[in-house]
Amino acid sequence: MLINVPESVVPDALRGMAAAHPELTVDVERRVVLRRDAPVAGKVALVSGGGSGHEPLHGGFVGPGMLDAACPGEIFTSPVPDQMVSAAAAVDSGEGVLFVVKNYTGDVLNFDMAAELAEDEGVRVAKVLVEDDVAVTDSTFTAGRRGTGATLFVEKIAGALAAEGAPLERVEAVARQVAGDSRSFGVALSPCSTPDKGGPTFELPPGELEMGVGIHGEPGRERRAMMTSGEIADAALDAILDDLRPDGPVLALVNGMGSTPLVELYGFCAEVHRVLGERRIPVARTLVGNYVTSLDMAGASVTLCRADEELLRLWDAPVRTPGLRWGA
Amino acid sequence: MVSRELTGDDGRDGPGAGPGPGPAESGTEGGLDGEVFVRWLRLAADEVERAADRLTELDSAIGDADHGGNMRRGFQAVREGLAEDGPRSPGAVLTTAGRTLVSTVGGASGPLYGTLLRRAGKALGDAERVPGAELARALRAGVDAVAQLGGAAPGDKTMLDALVPAVDALEKSGGTDFGAARTAAEEGAAATEPLRARKGRASYLGERSIGHRDPGATSSALLIAALDRAVYGDTEGDD
Repeated sequence: MLINVPESVVPDALRGMAAAHPELTVDVERRVVLRRDAPVAGKVALVSGGGSGHEPLHGGFVGPGMLDAACPGEIFTSPVPDQMVSAAAAVDSGEGVLFVVKNYTGDVLNFDMAAELAEDEGVRVAKVLVEDDVAVTDSTFTAGRRGTGATLFVEKIAGALAAEGAPLERVEAVARQVAGDSRSFGVALSPCSTPDKGGPTFELPPGELEMGVGIHGEPGRERRAMMTSGEIADAALDAILDDLRPDGPVLALVNGMGSTPLVELYGFCAEVHRVLGERRIPVARTLVGNYVTSLDMAGASVTLCRADEELLRLWDAPVRTPGLRWGA
Repeated sequence: MVSRELTGDDGRDGPGAGPGPGPAESGTEGGLDGEVFVRWLRLAADEVERAADRLTELDSAIGDADHGGNMRRGFQAVREGLAEDGPRSPGAVLTTAGRTLVSTVGGASGPLYGTLLRRAGKALGDAERVPGAELARALRAGVDAVAQLGGAAPGDKTMLDALVPAVDALEKSGGTDFGAARTAAEEGAAATEPLRARKGRASYLGERSIGHRDPGATSSALLIAALDRAVYGDTEGDD
């Protein structure tokens, strides 16, 4: 691993972000990444966060048109409430703050506590929970669907609406719409290694893949012998479309888990489009790349979101962040 | 009256922890003072330090292999906080420690353990001495708050599987039998092994979570064991 010592992986990365992105304020001590121009007058602020190891999520999505602040936790460990409270206080212009929270027990609990504490300090807080991973079917008996690729859709689209000056209630409503209308499915071709453990966190022999893997290497639906890119696209979209049933165009994210090369991701993207074409589902926009990663895991995920014209307009709106930028 | 004999304790704390330190000195008679609570948390930090690798190992089987490290970081911070301040009331000691855990642990265990101690501390108010029965009630309030926050119940393969039987045992004895609470917590933690997880990251494993002891229940049992030792005057960890 390209690190100094396991304990300093997160602060080291934050120092690097600060060096590379003078347009951001990176507070290494408090572990928050902020827009340098925060608070932006008259604008609802978006704050997200979660365990590190999924970069560019979330710190790489801070900037005009997306997040106002991100709170990185330790690797795969949710941030603590103090981080979100300090971020909320720094970015709130008086118009309120939307917390974008991925559905993991730790994230939910820490953001809930932070929301209470921030409200005690006079910040109006709304929350949206992202829970898009269809690999978790048995939500009565589990912590529920995990939040994965749809987080990018929620942060981009709600961030665009906030940039237009919409009030907190509307920003929250569109965030909920996107979260509710998005579904994801991921596969792992190799396990990921955490700096703490210094090796793979789960076993996945070469020649096998984990269908429905979570972004921390959580087990999916089944272990299978290696399949072709086309077969994986068929299986992933079967799982998603079983649940989503779009009646119009979709936004598609073809996401790499960290160590799958772009040339493979584009090949996989072609297969995803083929399957959607066979199902007569128009793809309005496609994003391909490593956006919601799992350290050095090899593999990919697909996220689809039902997209109406308003959602597409907000998707196309300018965004300027380290991880995502267009039109600005 | 409380004595080692009554608790059925077998002296597993080693020499010096036998019937020697009587209730008049360090039991629940006349109530527990702030010092007992400081000692509890220091002993808990020792227990966590000793067991950190084992907690991580349990967590790597059904979670994400960070429970030992997270608990170690949190209780280390609690220990440092205790060193800074002078004597305080039992309630204040627990409330402060709870806040420290929330601010340093992260993950699910930070808010859950933090809430346990904060809520118990609040229930104790600012009394200088706390009778055992009062502590039992306060721990019940803390455990109820954990159940509410995590949306979990006993049998879900969580911390509650150790904490609930411990508080039940303590309440049943009118707040006198800390050894019974410890035994109940340890048995409760061991009994999570055949359970299927329904909450937290282990729940994604479904059937595959069966056959592994829950790391949260295991660390909860350490906390109750430290309380038993603290009440009976075990001073290891006072430094």
